[in-house]
Amino acid sequence: MTTSDFNAILPLIVLAGWASLMLLVDLWIPKTRKDITAALALLGLAVTLAVLLVIAATGPTPIVAFGGMIVLDGFTVFLNVLVLGTGGLAVLLALNYLKRVNIERGEFYTLLLFSIAGMMMMASAGDLIVVFLALETLSIPLYILSGFARPRLDSEESALKYFLLGAFASGFLVYGIALTYGATATTSLSQIAAAVAANGALAADPLLLAGAALILVGLGFKVAAVPFHMWAPDVYEGAPTIVTAFMSVGAKIGGFAALVRVFFIAFPALAAHWTPVVAAISALTMILGNVAAIAQSSIKRMLAYSSIAHAGYVLMAVVAGGAGTMAGFAASSAVFYLLGYAVMNLGAWAVVMAVEKDGAAAKVDDFAGLGATRIGMALAMTVFMLSLTGLPPTIGFIGKFYVFRAAIDSGYMWLAVVGVITSLISAFYYLRVVMVMWMQSGQGEAVTPLGLSTVVTLSALATFILGIVPGPLMAAAERALLALLAKA
Amino acid sequence: MNVLFSTLTLVTFFPLVGVALLLFTPKEQKDTIRWIAVGASLTTFLISLVMLAQFNPADPNMQLVVRSPWIRIGSNWNIDFYFGIDGASLLLILLTTFLTPIAIFSSWTAIEERVKEYMIFFLLLEVGMVGVFVSLDLFLFYIFWEFSLVPMYLLVGIWGGQNRMYAAIKFFLYTMAGSILMLLAILWLGINVGTFAYTDILGKVPAAAQGLLFLAFAAAFAIKVPVWPLHSWLPDAHVEAPTAGSVILAGVLLKLGTYGFLRFNLGLFPEAAKQYAPTIAVLAVIGIVYGAIVSYPQKDVKKLVAYSSVSHLGFVMLGLFALNSQGIQGAILQMINHGLSTGALFLLVGMIYERRHTRELAQFGGLWTVMPLYGTLTLIVTLSSMGLPGLNGFVGEFAILLGAWGAGQPGAAYGSYAYAAVASLGVILAAVYMLWMFQKMFLGKVENPHNNGLADLNWREVVVLVPLIIMIFWIGLYPAPFFDLMSPSVTQLVAAIQSAAVALR
Repeated sequence: MTTSDFNAILPLIVLAGWASLMLLVDLWIPKTRKDITAALALLGLAVTLAVLLVIAATGPTPIVAFGGMIVLDGFTVFLNVLVLGTGGLAVLLALNYLKRVNIERGEFYTLLLFSIAGMMMMASAGDLIVVFLALETLSIPLYILSGFARPRLDSEESALKYFLLGAFASGFLVYGIALTYGATATTSLSQIAAAVAANGALAADPLLLAGAALILVGLGFKVAAVPFHMWAPDVYEGAPTIVTAFMSVGAKIGGFAALVRVFFIAFPALAAHWTPVVAAISALTMILGNVAAIAQSSIKRMLAYSSIAHAGYVLMAVVAGGAGTMAGFAASSAVFYLLGYAVMNLGAWAVVMAVEKDGAAAKVDDFAGLGATRIGMALAMTVFMLSLTGLPPTIGFIGKFYVFRAAIDSGYMWLAVVGVITSLISAFYYLRVVMVMWMQSGQGEAVTPLGLSTVVTLSALATFILGIVPGPLMAAAERALLALLAKA
Repeated sequence: MNVLFSTLTLVTFFPLVGVALLLFTPKEQKDTIRWIAVGASLTTFLISLVMLAQFNPADPNMQLVVRSPWIRIGSNWNIDFYFGIDGASLLLILLTTFLTPIAIFSSWTAIEERVKEYMIFFLLLEVGMVGVFVSLDLFLFYIFWEFSLVPMYLLVGIWGGQNRMYAAIKFFLYTMAGSILMLLAILWLGINVGTFAYTDILGKVPAAAQGLLFLAFAAAFAIKVPVWPLHSWLPDAHVEAPTAGSVILAGVLLKLGTYGFLRFNLGLFPEAAKQYAPTIAVLAVIGIVYGAIVSYPQKDVKKLVAYSSVSHLGFVMLGLFALNSQGIQGAILQMINHGLSTGALFLLVGMIYERRHTRELAQFGGLWTVMPLYGTLTLIVTLSSMGLPGLNGFVGEFAILLGAWGAGQPGAAYGSYAYAAVASLGVILAAVYMLWMFQKMFLGKVENPHNNGLADLNWREVVVLVPLIIMIFWIGLYPAPFFDLMSPSVTQLVAAIQSAAVALR
């Protein structure tokens, strides 16, 4: 192992090591002082972030380590920062919430950190084996976390369902990897591309195509794209809300990191085959997610379908990357969209947690009158809902503008049309929340401890400010991605 | 020029100062809140007068331009913070900044609940509306366009009447349905022309692409205007909105649509405008007649006024697509006129509603004897709305009809005199339904005992109405200054359309 190998995985080592240590230390922390564990988790995330940024700033990037298994480039850094930030916000949210719904156990934070390590690994995967490893590392803690509210039945059900379907999806992924290996005799992403480039006939090889298709199915499960979304509403509804909030953002970032890596680097030569398929999946995801969300009265289910729908918008960018000559641009739009999604979605979930009463799933109607009783929370939720709809001046609008542009650029006008029409549909259910908050009278109540209100304030400000000054972040996203795809 | 302290930036964003102050005012101090809102909007109006003074009427180009890069990344993005005005946008900004303080002042006693939020939303709405008129970057324009939707949605939904939620969501979804298509068209322009700046796109849109782009933009604007048959959101929103909301909705928000047609559909896609002119004229004329006929049997005064807007805006559309100087100038003036007259009508309806808590025509009658001052002012506004010579409505409608007549010549935009002829019918119909309303409300004997002893207008209500009445007389008697402001820009636009049409042949 060389120094640069070491550097490339140092952030991962730090985080995983920290999480393992926390598992031990937590034994000595009394049950009433689990906030210390939370503080330690935050510290761990902060240290990891610092290490990551120091390596990125000082070392030569990109670092290709372990013979191409691990890559640390702009894409990795961008997504790792995003995942670490998401994790930090999740810890802040968890702090009081776990106590409130009576499931405060120290393992929560350890599991969270392990899952984050998995997501970070996913963003630096240069090999299908690492993709698989990362996927499992991020998923298994999430399975456990979903059942964290045991012995509540719906939480247990959620965990079991997530685990079974997740295992199933992993099976697809592994099978796809095996077939790909069979066709190209390698699992390295760049060498798969090289193998196809060296032997043009491979691009139409049924074995390789089947491999790519199965990988798409496996990752499609993880990002909850239609028709592999069935698990999402039940799992999201049953899991403790803090877990749902984290998983709806983190797992999606992980899944899309893998999709972009695998399909843009390993399979660009097969684009003619997978682009139309992904386009169809994207359109179906947007349509089904948004239409199904209309009918929901439980806010958790509504946001579950909404997060399905948002996967469709990111997939639109993946399509653009396959179809057009501007893969880097398309990928950066995907990454930017994910960032916007993370900010606004976490904020929305935080408000849901605030409104929720003792672990009972909140209805949309529970928000009635919030605009009169808790104006700050209502304002923030309004910003999140408008942003999720894609209305300016919010980051959600910029994100959509970005992916629509990528789609139109690559000739997928029809997909952009589906995108705008489904955005209109989504206005209906997002605005219902706004309507209930401001226009109906009720006893809307919210529990807002410091951690939660910090998260809500930060995300609301970010949603709004990044909607007005998106330039620097877009530039960062493009730098990260153009480098990645120039190398490939 | 310094971007932050230029006149246009100030006139657009000054209401935000009021919003900031309001945020730190305790919600119990309702009068302080009202004074802050009125003060902020009045100051904005004063700034817009400074803008008027700085404007050079002889120059047909964009003036007081503020431009600085906003989102520039490599060659992929070319979005500017780009403000500028010509004669048409100048007048519409003045209308906005003029009507907003009036509307806010008129809510003094009408809004008692959640005053703070109400005023905040109202000031945000003003930012959105003025922003639409000053933006010269399509991306920026779209942001203001969509942004203006949200405060209005909340105003209707929170402070509206019985059926407010339905009306609010209908208003929102209708408008958004149109604008998403425009978003795609804007994206297409940005990608294919390489910039989002209006003045850089001008004249560069390939004729072959203009048809679809025209339709995509028209979808957004036609719903907002509203052009028949896309008007069904309008009666709901107007009737349910609080009085001040109706004033702004009719006075300014509808003009966002007609302004969009003028600026983008005529400016950017002249070939397509020429091609679609007769189609739009048909819709406009149907709107004129339909709006008038439907107004007549309405039982609710507010609904009557709402439908009359469909008719009046039909005139504006007819004037715009006459594609000649008279028609377009008449249309711009009629936008202002409609803002003044219909705004005043909604205020008057609101005043009687505050007294009687009903708007049903059958409940009134003989009000003239009870409230002579109210009756006199209503008569003036009614006459202005139906286009009596000497008042503002006449000037606009007359110019539009002249324009439509000119466009009826063989080879001109419409190619048939029928449009002008049928539209003239609308003028007569307007007299019928407006006078019918006036007669039912004010003339005859007081039949309903509830109408006895109603208090006449108080000083606050008079203060609200007098500026509007002054403008109604001013434009009616001496409209020349208004035409002077817009005529150079309009002449330039018409010349561009004509030369594009020549190139088409």
